[in-house]
Amino acid sequence: MHKSVSVKELVANTHLSVLAGGDNLDRPIPTSDISRPGLELTGYFSYYPSERIQLLGITEISFAKHLSDQELDDYMTRLCQPDTPAFVISTSLEPPIQLVKAAQQAQIPILTSKLNTSRVLSNMTDFLEARLAPRKSLHGVLVEVYGLGVLITGDSGIGKSETALELVKRGHRLIADDRVDVYQQDEQALIGQAPQILNHLLEIRGIGIINVMTLFGTGAVRSETKVDLIVHLDIWEQGKKYDRLGTGTDATEIFDVRVKTINIPVKPGRNMAVIIETAAMNFRANSMGYNATDDFDRQLNGLIKTNSEHDQEHPDQTKKQ
Amino acid sequence: MEKRQFKITAETGIHARPATFLVQTASKFDANITLDYEEKTVNLKSIMGVMSLGVGQGAVVTIAADGDNADEALDAIAKTMKEEGLIE
Repeated sequence: MHKSVSVKELVANTHLSVLAGGDNLDRPIPTSDISRPGLELTGYFSYYPSERIQLLGITEISFAKHLSDQELDDYMTRLCQPDTPAFVISTSLEPPIQLVKAAQQAQIPILTSKLNTSRVLSNMTDFLEARLAPRKSLHGVLVEVYGLGVLITGDSGIGKSETALELVKRGHRLIADDRVDVYQQDEQALIGQAPQILNHLLEIRGIGIINVMTLFGTGAVRSETKVDLIVHLDIWEQGKKYDRLGTGTDATEIFDVRVKTINIPVKPGRNMAVIIETAAMNFRANSMGYNATDDFDRQLNGLIKTNSEHDQEHPDQTKKQ
Repeated sequence: MEKRQFKITAETGIHARPATFLVQTASKFDANITLDYEEKTVNLKSIMGVMSLGVGQGAVVTIAADGDNADEALDAIAKTMKEEGLIE
């Protein structure tokens, strides 16, 4: 199944207005690439990417003014291919009448914007990239804790949703429960959101489905967030080795993004919400350049060094003790 | 890993009630069980996950089980699906 976005969705999300062809807004946009037909206006159509949104700015519109009516008729008709999703005119410019006619014939909408070409381009690219990026569904709960996106994972029944509920009660935000859809925004960022039907919902065993926004207010939810940290909940096992110093470098690779992952053992009496809050805070401190373990390590090394020098100077004292 | 495909014939699709029973059946097993539908994979032990897919009549879903008693788990799930009228 190939993903696509309709022209209607593009209009609704990028502040464009419809100049002509309002009945044809269901046309699909299959790619986030955007074409600026410049060479095409000189008659060079060999590599015309017709399946892309065609964006015309001051350069293209003013160049078109120098063309003869016959050339315009020809080129504008050739710009309107069956797979062309839409034309976008920036800076509220007037498109050539030949384009309006040809587009009407081919049932391609023409959209306009007050913004300049670069702004329109970046708005459209941001929206289309987010919508057309490959998505993956993960099993877990996504919460925002102190502004950090924390994905809580672990086996069913370990208490992910209950932990999220307590985090919400403590003033943090729920993004998605049970199923988190993620996509890669750029090389570094992984964005997670809830599938629309699960927006604001949380399932708590024994209570059922609750709507977090209705119960706790609009401040308790968020529609999407970057996934900064993965906290994996695991049943506490006697004898299993856990990270005691916080020097772990575990990461989970999702698409091309490596997300730092910590394993937290669960057992009765451990308050998971407080532990996750602390993990998030500590992660923030680390990203801001402060690492308590490193700091402690430095001090410990200093102490060891002082003690060793002391011992070498007064070896007899050590022996006596 | 064991995999099986099912065609959902129920007019109402996998709605809340059969979803609950499917999840209950899956949760009896230790194996990791997933349901695949239109390139989306959800944990079959997660009620919200299963319901979020909105699987309708005529849809083909793949259920995969990995781990202890995987085959037995798939048998039990197939049985539940039949009992709930999801498949023929």
